[in-house]
Amino acid sequence: MTSDPGPPPADGAAVSVARLHEYQSKALLAQHGVAVPEGGPASSAAEAAQLAARLGGPVAVKAQAWVTNRAATGGVQFAQNPREAEAMASDILQMRFGNFTVSEVLVERMLDIHNELFVSVTIDDAAQAPVVLLDLHGGSGIESRAESVQRLPVDTRRGIDAQALRGVLGTSTIDVGLHDDVVRAIEAVVDIARRYDARSLEINPLAITSDGNVVAADCRMTIDDYAVFRHPQLPIEIARELDHPATQLERIAYQVEQADHRGTFYFAQLPTDGVEGSRGLIGFHGAGGGGSMMSMDAIARLGFTLANFCDTSGNPSAAKVYRAARIILAQRGLVGYFGSGSGVASQEQYHSAYGLAKAFWEMNLSIPAVIRLGGNGEDRAVEILHGVCRDADSISAPVEGYKKDDTPAFIAQRFAQLVDEAAGRAWTPQPRKAPAFVGRAYHFPIHHGTVWIDHEHCDPATTTFVVEHSGGLLTQRSNLPVLAVSEQTVAGMDSELVALEVECRRAGRPVVFLDLPIEGLDNDAIV
Amino acid sequence: MAIIIDQSKRVLVQGITGREGQARTTLMREYGTNVVAGCTPGKGGGEVEGVPVLDTVAEAIQAVGHVDISVVFVPGRRVETAATEAIEAGVKLLVLVPDRVPVWDTMRIAAAAREHGAAFVGPNTLGVLSPGRAVVGMIGGRAVSAQQWFNEPIPRQTVGVISRSGGMTSSLGYYLSRAGVGLSTLVHVGGDSVVGLPIPDVAEMFQHDPETDAIVLFGEIGGTQEERLAELIRTGRITKPVIAYIGGAAAIEGTRFSHAGAIIEHGRGTHAAKVQALRDAGAAVVDDFGLLPQTTLDILANRSAPAARSSSAR
Repeated sequence: MTSDPGPPPADGAAVSVARLHEYQSKALLAQHGVAVPEGGPASSAAEAAQLAARLGGPVAVKAQAWVTNRAATGGVQFAQNPREAEAMASDILQMRFGNFTVSEVLVERMLDIHNELFVSVTIDDAAQAPVVLLDLHGGSGIESRAESVQRLPVDTRRGIDAQALRGVLGTSTIDVGLHDDVVRAIEAVVDIARRYDARSLEINPLAITSDGNVVAADCRMTIDDYAVFRHPQLPIEIARELDHPATQLERIAYQVEQADHRGTFYFAQLPTDGVEGSRGLIGFHGAGGGGSMMSMDAIARLGFTLANFCDTSGNPSAAKVYRAARIILAQRGLVGYFGSGSGVASQEQYHSAYGLAKAFWEMNLSIPAVIRLGGNGEDRAVEILHGVCRDADSISAPVEGYKKDDTPAFIAQRFAQLVDEAAGRAWTPQPRKAPAFVGRAYHFPIHHGTVWIDHEHCDPATTTFVVEHSGGLLTQRSNLPVLAVSEQTVAGMDSELVALEVECRRAGRPVVFLDLPIEGLDNDAIV
Repeated sequence: MAIIIDQSKRVLVQGITGREGQARTTLMREYGTNVVAGCTPGKGGGEVEGVPVLDTVAEAIQAVGHVDISVVFVPGRRVETAATEAIEAGVKLLVLVPDRVPVWDTMRIAAAAREHGAAFVGPNTLGVLSPGRAVVGMIGGRAVSAQQWFNEPIPRQTVGVISRSGGMTSSLGYYLSRAGVGLSTLVHVGGDSVVGLPIPDVAEMFQHDPETDAIVLFGEIGGTQEERLAELIRTGRITKPVIAYIGGAAAIEGTRFSHAGAIIEHGRGTHAAKVQALRDAGAAVVDDFGLLPQTTLDILANRSAPAARSSSAR
């Protein structure tokens, strides 16, 4: 049933998010008329040596990682010959920068630099317009020279004011004869930022070489997440701004989000190394951007470490919340599951309760969960969560639901208390479980899943119960519940069907099951 | 009074025949908003909830007369087209509800708005609600919830709410109401990095609103809106008390925390810097969100007492 998605990359492999690597953005610069040093990427030392040999002469070997202190930490090295380039590439390819492992180096011809400029196109939120930041002394350490950086406004339609730009260049030591070339290069950079919907495009340095060429010696580019759809040609697999290459779970989560646009599902893993004195790692499930952040702060203040940040909001389907919960619970070592959003959600909260209840049952949850389900429909939501989780043999830890009148600080305290009572029990990710009838019972497909109904155990009362709780999706035929609407109609009704499954289990009539696989996580199909 | 929206404003709904447009038109009308027309290209001639539907904004204005506000419910990638159409048709205030609007699109909308003397709330906003009067957007979800959750203004005890989070807009309104605080208007400025009416602009509107006694803010990491508000307080352009909570104390740099605008870049827009700027300017910033209602009450009480000056709560 689940197609094999192929082996996922190991955590930390270089998977593009909405930030481009230096060599990728340089390719765009070159394509649109900004000169860049000759060279290319290499993913092995041997490849780097070949590139160096082809280029001839001294080369720079540069780690492809989004960190600011690359040069200072040995991520940029200069080789006199291919042999040196090979050794340096080998060295760099074993480096780690914070969350990054380096999987590629850029090998390019060394420049003989005479002047360096810092040029950055960025978004000025106050002006509601792009702005060019320009410093006549580029190179590393730009952060400490904020004073000397000039701000040149950009008109979204007309681009940069060339006159103002010439004025700034007039105060520099750059040969006047090269000013036209510099202006052209900066205009082109602004145009590339606009053309590719960049949130930021930084050239540091824009080099003026001794032989009078204007060359982008480095480049960092971040594409606006929301505009990635316009640029299918860019090597962006995951339209997310993260501080690290996407992890396997982030990729899986992103696919879930892409497959179902009902509501928002945002998932990012957070650094968890070296958090000494932490009260433990927690799975975090927020609802709403601001509410999630506020809840994250409330639980972090008590000394817990978040394994992830997650936000399901905007009226997500039950299936989406269910998948989010399972992705959170694919993380090892959690001491608890903490869910909280704004507390006063305008969406109907019981869909979330059903999704969570299904996930906790399938995963045999054994760590405490505290979920604040405040908002519309909260009474029903909490009743569902409690009803399901207290009765389930498979859920061995307390699961508590809270409402809008319970403050985040209060539920964070309550969570801490439950974690303390659990005395350090940590979560080991489990394969999901499914009833025995799955694979051989009556079934029909829905979007990204299958609904199974155990006709063998449908006595007349059960059939009546199932049909009555199906919201009109099922009907009774020969005393058995069967699909009443077209497959097309039922395909997007996962919220109603998850509710049906959970209600059947609660009523002691566990004859319905939704198989909602997650590509990449469920490598073994459940049938 | 209230700011931005009340029952006298004539509201147009762009994208009225879509799922969201239809549902939110119901909410707005039930709450008291004067929805005069809707438009969806190609769907002109029909009705939604008794509201006439036209093909274009210009035709809608021709058919029903003046429009004060247009609220936009179209997919994010089509917002620029819809917003530009409304601005060019002469609408002076827009509410852009959808999320996923590319930031360069928003900047082009802002340029068009400046050219035509128009303003806009959002994008990525739940909208604006003036309790007991009207709502534009989708705050509250259901009209009956919005009626139950949010207090109407109370003399000498009324705040204006500004938030960068939609959920927290409702949440603030609810908790403040439960504590006995009155509300003039709730404004969700939007979760994106560039928004049409940012926190400082809305704060200035509240400063000039006689009904508003104080301003309550839910800020977030990223961008400069909170710092700019601090500057307005420091320079005496905002003199009403400001009580704030800033989300993202536990956030790390370089990762977006859900909202497009909630990202610390190059060391700018940190939680610590925003809290410091606001506190230095004299605003009360609470570290625990749950303390906002009581702190607000205390500050309002001090302010009503003669010759008392509120001290900033920590």
